[in-house]
Amino acid sequence: MSGESAWGAADLGVRHGATMFLDGVTLPAPAGQVTGVVGGDGSGKTTLARCLAGALAPDSGEVRRPPKARAGYLPASSGIYPDLTVTENLDFRATGYGMSRQAARERAAEYLDRAGLAPAAGRLAGQLSGGMRRKLAVIAAMLHRPELLILDEPTTGVDPVSRSGLWWLIARAAAEGCAIVLATSYLDEAERCASVLVLDAGVPLATGTPQEIVAAMPGAMYEVPARPDGDLAARTWRRGGRWRIWDPEAGPGAGPDSQRLLPDLADAVTVAALRRELAGAPS
Amino acid sequence: MWAMIVKEFRQVRRDRRTLAMMIVLPVLLLVVLGYAASFDVKKITVAVSGPQAGLAAGLLRGAPFQVTVTAPGETKDWATNQLRDGRVEMAVVTQADARPQVLIDGSQLFAARAALAALAGLERGGTSAGVRTSAAERAAAAGPVALPVTPTVQVLYNPGLTTSDIMIPGICGVILVFVGTVITSLGVVRERQSGTLEQLAVMPLRPRDVFLGKIAPYFLVAGVDLAIILAVGVAIFGVPFRGSPAIFAGGALLFLFVTLGIGILISSVSQNSGQAIQLAMMTLLPQILLSGLIFPVSSMAAGVRWISYLLPLTYFNQIARGVMLRAEPIGPLLPAFLFLALLGAVVVTAATLRFRRYLAPASSS
Repeated sequence: MSGESAWGAADLGVRHGATMFLDGVTLPAPAGQVTGVVGGDGSGKTTLARCLAGALAPDSGEVRRPPKARAGYLPASSGIYPDLTVTENLDFRATGYGMSRQAARERAAEYLDRAGLAPAAGRLAGQLSGGMRRKLAVIAAMLHRPELLILDEPTTGVDPVSRSGLWWLIARAAAEGCAIVLATSYLDEAERCASVLVLDAGVPLATGTPQEIVAAMPGAMYEVPARPDGDLAARTWRRGGRWRIWDPEAGPGAGPDSQRLLPDLADAVTVAALRRELAGAPS
Repeated sequence: MWAMIVKEFRQVRRDRRTLAMMIVLPVLLLVVLGYAASFDVKKITVAVSGPQAGLAAGLLRGAPFQVTVTAPGETKDWATNQLRDGRVEMAVVTQADARPQVLIDGSQLFAARAALAALAGLERGGTSAGVRTSAAERAAAAGPVALPVTPTVQVLYNPGLTTSDIMIPGICGVILVFVGTVITSLGVVRERQSGTLEQLAVMPLRPRDVFLGKIAPYFLVAGVDLAIILAVGVAIFGVPFRGSPAIFAGGALLFLFVTLGIGILISSVSQNSGQAIQLAMMTLLPQILLSGLIFPVSSMAAGVRWISYLLPLTYFNQIARGVMLRAEPIGPLLPAFLFLALLGAVVVTAATLRFRRYLAPASSS
């Protein structure tokens, strides 16, 4: 673990029988920044988040996190009581973390207002929409101002306006010095992170700032109107209404410049996964 | 429809616990109940006191009576205490210049009825009517013989041999089992199903705090329930409460501790509410049938009776009936208290350990 990063994971391994859920995963979580963990379904994002939060003991490696009272965790399942109201859920969390009643009320009111949940404060959490429940869960996880905040898919199912409200809260927590680890499937969100770890089947594919990951993508990428046949098909994916082809051999100036695209993080992550697949790695 | 049938079979096949309940439980219940379901009292324990105790004991030496204590130097008070403390079901007090007195413990309903029937048979000078005795038992006993004098018979603690008097103390226990085990068993499962158990695991709460925090409200609710049932039993059904409320409360608290612990333990080994309810019912049913609430424990076949001695309700029944009906003091009830405390410690430790697996999966470094 690097000296400047107090919290995070080093060389984590989690297995169940013969299946590796995480293999050699290292993730520093520096204070004051949002560290993204991206990957598809079954990539190991939730397993990593659980290990960081202390909800799962890894089989190998090291996790550094503050004591429970100074860490916050949003699990994939929300961790919200459906038969308590929004306010009662936040009260329980505040009491559990030893917050003063006054501080808890003031902060809850502010966060609820920012997330657009203030009008629903008296409603049962079970009666909220999926997105509203998710927002409540994020607020509950950060209410006690933790030093390390682990958010597993915080914006899944949340509408774009509310997502922006949540990101305001997340960014403010980071600005106040909180180390945030955010697992997400949305690559546009990952681009907002200071650094990103790309996972695939429990194995780290790439790590660095979004710009570094994009810059490290080998070869070149082209856009074509239809999916090509033959070997090329394995290096092709659909994005929007068109198809993209990755050419690992292409150097600077190769290929028709008119079709050559500047990759973004989504392309770089897709290419990283393709490279692993083409190399014959188990999925 | 075929698709539904196939789907159901696949689901049932994967739900081993339901499958076991559907196939094994009926057979098990039939066998156990077949041996347990008996109101016939074949043995009535008797204490004999007074100057002619030896003679009386000799006259009673035949089924169903089994003289366990003969004390020529003791008085009626001693004999009464023998009944009060649950040591015997009938006591005979002989006197030098008066008819012997027979005291019967009415809180042992079926034994009392059998004793009265057997005494009536003796007074008629023949076989004790209403009491089944085998040929072997009759031969071995070489009796019974006609009584030379007619004793006075007094039924203590439940003179009218009222069923509600003995059922209501036991029903208090059943209700405590229901609240303690069945309702509590859903507690942890609900946390798991709503995904909040993981949240609890990462919060700065000790497993012990979570455990106690979970059972405390049920403890309180069950306590209020108990008070209401007792008040209704006394006010409406006229059940007496002769003993110490403190001893009763102590027994009820210990019993509740055990049942709540069983509820949490069930909850921690169940994946969903259905499984938890199934398991809770599997602990409730034997307690109702085998604890002595309905069938006298002494009438059960020996192969089944040992199960009774493992059930917490058996001991709560002893405490509740003893205190409410007979004003039994703490001394003779100590073994029951001790067993409940031991069972509570085992169950709560097991439940806490199970809890710890969920709530302390990874320690902070």
